[in-house]
Amino acid sequence: MIRSLTLGAVAAIGLSAAAFAAEDHGDSYPQAKSIVSVGGPITEILFALGAQDRIVARDTTSTYPAMVNDLPDVGYMRRLSPEGVLSVAPDLIIARHTSGPVETMDLLREASVPIVLVHDGFSAEAVTDAIRTVGHAIGEDAQAEALASDVKAELAAIAAKVAKVDTKKRVMFVLSNDGGRLNVSGRDTGANGLIELAGGINVMAEDYAGYKLVNDEAVIKAQPDLVLMMTGRTDHEGRAEEILALPAVAPTPAAANGGFYSIDGAALGFGPRTASFVSELHQVLYPAEEVVN
Amino acid sequence: MVAADATSLTQTAQRRGGDRRRLSQLLSVILIVVLAAAMLLSLGWGAADQTDVLAALVGEGSLRDQIIIWDIRMPRMLTAALVGASLAVSGAVMQGLFRNPLADPGLVGVSAGAGFGAVVAIVLGGFLPVTVAAAVGKYSVPFAAFIGGWITTLLLYAVATRGGRTSVATMLLAGIALGALIGAFMGLLVYYADDNQLRDLTFWSMGSVAGASWEKLSASAPLIILTLIAAPFLARALNALTLGEAAAHHLGIDVQKMKRIAIMTVAASIGASTAVTGGIGFVGIVVPHLLRLVQGPDHRGLLINGALLGAIILLLADAISRVVIAPAELPIGIVMAAIGGPFFLWILLKNRNLVEM
Repeated sequence: MIRSLTLGAVAAIGLSAAAFAAEDHGDSYPQAKSIVSVGGPITEILFALGAQDRIVARDTTSTYPAMVNDLPDVGYMRRLSPEGVLSVAPDLIIARHTSGPVETMDLLREASVPIVLVHDGFSAEAVTDAIRTVGHAIGEDAQAEALASDVKAELAAIAAKVAKVDTKKRVMFVLSNDGGRLNVSGRDTGANGLIELAGGINVMAEDYAGYKLVNDEAVIKAQPDLVLMMTGRTDHEGRAEEILALPAVAPTPAAANGGFYSIDGAALGFGPRTASFVSELHQVLYPAEEVVN
Repeated sequence: MVAADATSLTQTAQRRGGDRRRLSQLLSVILIVVLAAAMLLSLGWGAADQTDVLAALVGEGSLRDQIIIWDIRMPRMLTAALVGASLAVSGAVMQGLFRNPLADPGLVGVSAGAGFGAVVAIVLGGFLPVTVAAAVGKYSVPFAAFIGGWITTLLLYAVATRGGRTSVATMLLAGIALGALIGAFMGLLVYYADDNQLRDLTFWSMGSVAGASWEKLSASAPLIILTLIAAPFLARALNALTLGEAAAHHLGIDVQKMKRIAIMTVAASIGASTAVTGGIGFVGIVVPHLLRLVQGPDHRGLLINGALLGAIILLLADAISRVVIAPAELPIGIVMAAIGGPFFLWILLKNRNLVEM
């Protein structure tokens, strides 16, 4: 009984997936009014599209805007519980493609809850694609198109400024400082995308992918002009002093010029606010007076 | 006079033994009832509280309810019960075999090996040849955990066995050495893992019954059930072994054969359990101890009641883990340690003078 139901559901999903494969941005569910949103950027996009009333639950990584915290939390995006998600009776799940575990996603499909997966990426195209995919999923294509072109235009404006920069600043993104051992971003990360879009050079981009603890001497060799961190609980001034005084950072231009900045952690996830984060970092890297000269 | 004393002592000992056996049997009955209740609770209590359990059980009701009961809660209930029983029984067997109250199933290397297998699958899964990846698919982590656990145990067994005799002391020490080596490899892989993989690893090590499915259950259940059936047959040998290997031999126990059976069944059972649920500690040490405090050290009752109590504890911990922050879920390891740790300490303090092996 269950097995045949299951097979039926799987076959139906397979067919509908095949039918919509030709479409650019996946399936559309304009009637959906109980959406589970999985992934910070996706929740932000839903809010930006004015669909907040259609969201019934979110995942732990969705924390912006603040009112989203009033919604039930179905857990961390890679540890979703099938029963937890089903308990809020969703008629649509929009999730980052890295959501999981696989068992949960399979069961949710079996329960014939439509799932729209949004691909992560750290480029201007990735953001606009994500906005269009989410917008199409909830039947707000026009709204999404408008938002996407806004974001695109803002990023293009910054890119135009970046093109005029003679010497690009070297940026080192520090994810964490564990007693002087720095966890620094390489390529293929949100931090890397942010730095590049803002017109900086990620000092570790050529060395490795992801976040890694780095050797002190590698930091000295990298010669960063700016140390970038996420806004933390500790005060900004104290942290800047602590980081710039580290033996690894002291002999770099960053320490010499007090080049330290902390940015909202949401800047690492690419969503509707990406353009403003990129613009913020660009301002820090290339303050207006320098451009005038 | 002296003879009479000796006779009365023997009689007292026999009476005490008889009392304890009856106590153990009574406890079995109570535990079976509690287990049944825990299983019903596990079926009927979850994040989705408006589920019509009865209708779904008989194949009626909505598709959503049927999936919640048949594809989510049922395999989850059976997995929790079997894994809990497997952890507790394996712990009791290991403590008997190593004659050490602190022995846990991890001593034969199976946990370290399973952890290593899981790390390899999570971090290097993407590098698998396409044919292999297609064959094991989404079960690559449990599959690798089982293989890792099994190979490690076989290796330790081979190292500790010379001239047809297995030295449990050598096995213990070799296990520490091998554990260090495995730890180094795991550290290396963790270093190369990306953020998502690191998250997966962290959650794996905290254990969870949430990923239970009929497919995983059908692969792991036979191994676990086999061990649960085999373990009580080891009881007489384990009892004799408390007197030492030589004494056990003189009592007519084939000690080497017993060691082989005990080690292999524990490896199979813990390998299968860990593969399905990730690392779950605590049950293997605490359940046998709790029972020894109540019913004494006789392995006959211990292994049977251990299976029942282990199943009950994991079912209850899982029930709590799925509702306490619903619709999200706590890893079961956190629930068990947070509730079980203080409880066990309380029992220990109350019975400080009764602790015996």
